[in-house]
Parts: sequence; C-alpha cells; structure tokens
Amino acid sequence: MTGQSGEHRAESAPILTIRGLHKVFRGNPILKGVDLSLREGEIACLIGSSGAGKSTILRCINFLERPDAGEITVFGTPLCWQAGECVQIAPERTVQAARARMPMVFQHFNLFSHRTVMENVMEGQVVVLRRSKAEARARARDCLARVGLLDRSDFYPRQLSGGQQQRVAIARALAMSPSLILFDEPTSALDPELVQGVQSVIRDLSAEGMSMLIVTHEMRFVRSIAQTVHFCEGGRIAESAPVSEIFGSDAHERIRAFMEVTHG
Amino acid sequence: MYNFFFHEVPEHLPFLLQGALVTIELSLISMALGMVLGFCVAVGRMAASRLVRWPLDAVVEVVRDTPLIVQLLLIYFALPEIGIVLNAFWAGIAGLTLNLAAYLSEVFRAAILAVDSGQRQAAVSLGMSRIAVYRRVIIPQAALASLPTLGGYFIALLKDCSLVSFISVNELLRHATIVISDTFDSMNTYIMVAIIYFIMSFASARVIRYIELRLTPSDRRQTISVPLTMDKEGAR
Repeated sequence: MTGQSGEHRAESAPILTIRGLHKVFRGNPILKGVDLSLREGEIACLIGSSGAGKSTILRCINFLERPDAGEITVFGTPLCWQAGECVQIAPERTVQAARARMPMVFQHFNLFSHRTVMENVMEGQVVVLRRSKAEARARARDCLARVGLLDRSDFYPRQLSGGQQQRVAIARALAMSPSLILFDEPTSALDPELVQGVQSVIRDLSAEGMSMLIVTHEMRFVRSIAQTVHFCEGGRIAESAPVSEIFGSDAHERIRAFMEVTHG
Repeated sequence: MYNFFFHEVPEHLPFLLQGALVTIELSLISMALGMVLGFCVAVGRMAASRLVRWPLDAVVEVVRDTPLIVQLLLIYFALPEIGIVLNAFWAGIAGLTLNLAAYLSEVFRAAILAVDSGQRQAAVSLGMSRIAVYRRVIIPQAALASLPTLGGYFIALLKDCSLVSFISVNELLRHATIVISDTFDSMNTYIMVAIIYFIMSFASARVIRYIELRLTPSDRRQTISVPLTMDKEGAR
C-alpha cells in the first residue's frame, strides 16, 4: 500500500529531535520525559489513549505550550535546551521562524473565519513569509488545487463542510512550503463520510515525500500511511517501531492491548 | 395656547447649530481617543503581570463608579491647583475620553476574549508574531463584534457631551442657555435643542449601521436584518 512508498528513501539526518521533554499542567505531569526523533521525509504517527500526552507533544514542538524541561531541536536549530535546572527557550524570532517551517493542522481546523478560503491560504505567506500578494495567490491556487478546493476560493469557512475546512487547513499549511507538517487528530472532528477525503489528501502528501508527524486514533490510516509509529503511554513514548512491527504479530503486548480496545 | 415657534427661535438657529458643531467635534475626538485608550487599557488588563493589571483595574473601577460630571469638574477646576491647566474644551475631551475608555476597555476585553482561541493558535502556529496575530486575526474580528456596542456608546457620548456645558464649553446646550437668557423662550429653544440632538443621534445610528454592514463578511450579511440581494453579492 501507500505506506511502503516512503521506504526507499535512505536514512537521513533527523529534522526533529526531542529529548527528555517534560510538561506539567497545574501540578499534573502530562509529559514525563519524551524522546522522539523524525528524519527528513519520514511519516510518523503518534498513537495512544486519550490523555497519554500525544497532542501535548505536538503543541510543545511548536511552542503552543511551553515545555517545562527537555530539549527540542528542529532543522538543526535548538528551540529549547536544559541549562542546569532551568529550561532555556530560544528567542521569540527563532521560535516563530521554526513554526513557519512546521505549520500545524488542528483537530477543529481553526480557519480564520473572517477571511475567505483564498485569504486563509494566503495569510501566512504574506504576513510571515513576506511573499507578494500575487506570489501568495499563485501558490495558494496551487495548494487549493492539490486539496481539490480551488473552486471554493471565494467561500468563507463556515460555508464549507468540516472535511472541506480541514482540506483548506492543510492547504494553508502547505502554502508555507513547510519542511514538516504537524497534524493534531486531523479527522477526529469529522463526520465518518468526510474522513476519507482528508485522509487521501494527507496520503497524497506522503507520496510527495513531505515529512509529517501525525497524532491520530485511526488505526487503519496509521497502517496505510505511517513509516514509524510512536506509542504514547503515561506521558512517555512507550514504544517506537516501524509500522510493520507494530501491526505484526510480534508487537509489544501493551500496543496489542491498545489496538484491541481501539478496534472495538 | 402657547405660541410655538415664533420668529425669534429660527433666528437663533445658526447659533444653536454652531453649538451642535462643537458637540460633534467633542464626540468625534473623544470617541477616537477613547477607543485608542480603551483598547490599550483592555490589552493591559489582560497582561500577565499584576503590576500592569491591578492599577488599570483600579482606575477603571474608580472612573466607572463616579459621575462623569464630577470627573469633569475635577479635571477643569481641581487639576489647575496641582499645575495641570486645560482649557474648557480639552478638559471636556479629557473627561469624556477617560470615561469612555473605562467602559470601552470592558467592551474590547470581552470582544478580544470572544475571538476563537483556535484561530489565535492557528495564527501563532503559522509563525506570526504576537503583534501580527492581533493585527491580522484578533482585532478584525473583535472590532466587528464590538461595533454594535461601540455604536451605542457613541450615541450615549453624543448626549453626554451636554454635560460639558457645566464647565463652560460652548457646545449645543450652553448655546441654548445663552439663547434663552436673551429671548426667555425656554420652550421653543429646548425643543429645538432636543430635535437637533435627535437628528444627530439618529443619523449616527444609521451611519454606524452602514459601517457595520460594510465590514461584515458577505457570508454573514444575511444575519443582519437589512435586505441584501444575495445573488448580486455572490456574483462579485
């Protein structure tokens, strides 16, 4: 299946490295030392039960949440590191530049509701990447065509279905010419019949070699797209393995137990 | 039967309109300054630091819990004693602005907080700076949400301007009292004043409505109860 398409790519340097990531919310430790890395062109899925910290990992990577301890390095630039007891965070500019290279697709789409589809996809390009309007529009057209929504350019987000909104959100991320896209449960908020459309757009991106880190509950999707699977449990990565192992017979017992639960 | 509108009042109409012009100046300047100050206070009151939040909270509370007329009298008559001398017009502006800003800071704060936090996160995750997030995502939506309330405050302000006649600003009401001291015709003069206030308020309400409509994204216009031919809008 499509999942195999990436495997011909040789081992390359990690574009994302996380070591010993900790995050505490109001006294509750959510992440208790996460280690994770992602190579260029790699598609990794984060799975695990709710509350295991999957989304928090993603949100720490682009600093929507501030890590309490640990190291995060993206594209060779350290974003936070340990300095004795304290965690040091890179200057705001550095963090912003890193975010622009690894935009995020959210569970609830989070499109700008006061802007049209076209404007949504142009926004980051114009404001952050300082592209000219014409350049941004051309790129936005290209991206919208790739998610199959060019004909909805002048619509406002609320005039679209959830699945269409999520595809626009993917186009918005794609327009940034990213080195990595973070997906936070991209299909969890969708009606079942709309899930396919979004998943196939993500699959198309995987075929083009886009690096992706995907938090998801959809095991069939994981199986069809992931190269690596990270299984989160209790604020740590309990297991990281190639997708074939995870779904194979020699899978870790805890993962098997989890699979049985999620597959009903 | 009282003799309504005998010849003397229309004769004084230009003088009253001159006052009305000052009322409009006062309202427009105070509104502009009050919005800027109110927005700054709103952002300040959402700051992380208590050192910023608490003093602003205190000032807003004091301003809201004392009558505007007392504030105006303090600014005009008491401030000079500590060396701050403002002429009547600018003392009036200062009082009106301060008062309006206190109320608007609440309006803006609510409107800013009402903007979907997911959109804020989306903007941040695209790499926007904090200022860009405000300028591109939060302010446009918060402004639209607060516009109807803002309109209400503007009309209230227009009428509150009559209070600055107490500190001898030559606005509409003060001109009316001058006319009356000359003609002794309070009935016709005050009716005339009421009509002028009504026209100004009513016209402002229409203008605000128009602005509101213009700023609303076309997909939401139907929710505002003004008939619009949707097909024409869509065709553009």
